[in-house]
Amino acid sequence: MSATAKIKRPPRVGDNPLFRTILIAVVLVVTALFIVAPLAVIGFHAFSQGWQLYAATIAHPDTVHAIMLTVVTALIAVPINTAFGVAAAWAITKFDFPGRRLLLVVIEIPFSISPIVAGVAYLFVYGLQGLFGEMLADADIKILFALPGIVLASMFVTAPFVARELIPLMQAQGRDLEEAATSLGASGWRTFFSVTLPNIRWAMLYGVVLCNARVMGEFGAVSVVSGNIRGQTNTLPLHIELLYHDYQTAGSFAAASILALLAVVTLAAKVALERRGAGRRPALAAPVAVLTENAK
Amino acid sequence: MTRRRVLPGLPLALGITLVYVSIIVALPLGALVFKAASLGFADYWAIVSSPRAVASYRVTVLSALGATLFNLVFGLALAWVLVRYRFPGRRLIDALVDLPFALPTAVAGIALTTLFAHNGWFGSFLSNFGIKVAYTPLGIMVAMAFTSIPFIVRTVQPVLEDLDPALEEAAQSLGGSDASIFRRVILPLLTPAILAGVSLSFARCLGEFGAIIFIAGNQPHETEITSLLAFIRLEEYDYQAAAAIASVLLITAFVMLAVTNLLQARALRYTVKN
Repeated sequence: MSATAKIKRPPRVGDNPLFRTILIAVVLVVTALFIVAPLAVIGFHAFSQGWQLYAATIAHPDTVHAIMLTVVTALIAVPINTAFGVAAAWAITKFDFPGRRLLLVVIEIPFSISPIVAGVAYLFVYGLQGLFGEMLADADIKILFALPGIVLASMFVTAPFVARELIPLMQAQGRDLEEAATSLGASGWRTFFSVTLPNIRWAMLYGVVLCNARVMGEFGAVSVVSGNIRGQTNTLPLHIELLYHDYQTAGSFAAASILALLAVVTLAAKVALERRGAGRRPALAAPVAVLTENAK
Repeated sequence: MTRRRVLPGLPLALGITLVYVSIIVALPLGALVFKAASLGFADYWAIVSSPRAVASYRVTVLSALGATLFNLVFGLALAWVLVRYRFPGRRLIDALVDLPFALPTAVAGIALTTLFAHNGWFGSFLSNFGIKVAYTPLGIMVAMAFTSIPFIVRTVQPVLEDLDPALEEAAQSLGGSDASIFRRVILPLLTPAILAGVSLSFARCLGEFGAIIFIAGNQPHETEITSLLAFIRLEEYDYQAAAAIASVLLITAFVMLAVTNLLQARALRYTVKN
């Protein structure tokens, strides 16, 4: 088939060699200047004062503490978020109940809200001037300017990440397999672990990878709720800002290089998972749109 | 429509979902609305219509428009090149498109600022022509454009991939030039996806914070974005003003969410194959 197609096929629109070459060249140059250069400048400045200063910055107690805090936040926020994503996808795609669409929209909300709004909103719940502020102060429970606040804000900004990968996929897969499994006597958990999970594992992992990258890199929301206490509530992105505003440029870029590396690893994991079929959603991705379409 | 429920787990799954959504999403947003509403209309209006706030809306919206316009052109070209041409490095470029999503905004912020500062790689070159990017509205646009590149590429790409070659061939056989076929056949087919991408990109630009504050200069009335103003009011312990300004951002986000969902549903209607 391809042999005849190759001979007979007229050139498609935009196949003019000159146009093609120019367009590819322009896109490559803009990509290099606009996407690759920021990555390169991080590496360049991180090592501009030599390996020793780089190593010293990374090994500095404040940096180590920031890294640990970021990792701990991710270790708490990502699993909870994943459990929520799976539960939400199971409820929304395997059952019909009133308010399903509304629930989808509510889950998507954090995706479109400025992280600063999220931070401010949390202040009005747990801050001294907030809903539970006095109660928490009386009980001597610290949520803001401490780990719980950072975790909560991170969970807010990443709430849709796992769910929005799973919902379109599970919607497309339907309910037949699970119904067959239950009718053959499998329990709910057994059905989930032996039937559903193998079908969604790569999409779930894809969501987890993206969620993790966002949690570790979140800046706006966390900067409102953390209070920026050096060596205490500074996550890695906040530490980068602090060093940068202290005119410790090399140190700031050294810390940034860790997160840049995380971004590159995330992209690689993303490509690897996409080869396994994750992330390839039919045309457009909005779960609301997916359900709307299926309802017709 | 009424099918008997066979599968177990609805109470548990729905329970977890509702508890999570209530505590993590609804409660804080409710608290914010409550706080803003407790202001009373006159005070609220005085805060949100103050000259400094209005200037911040203007800076934010105009920069977001500029950034989205750039992404419209660049994103469309990028999607076209990735789908229609085969060349070495194509897959790498395809993967790199998502870098702005994967790269933490603070990291993007210091990287772009360093590139475009007057002594940076780009800034020193541009200063020869008298163009200043860092610490000007142009810098805000650069940061916004960077963080929202993937949206238009990723919404247009799948539609372009699924485009039926027969339509182009028919137009070609009728003697259409490439330019007129693109304008009259291909572009109309891409328009729903482009609009969806544009609205996503614009919404993201409006909400962006981390990348912008490093490069913006943050001068009130000149280069201060609305989210930064809310942040500054907080640092001044002016919680009511922070709540009011944050509520403006929240309302804008809801409007954009509605527009985006509408456009995406519309775009999907045009692309789903039966």
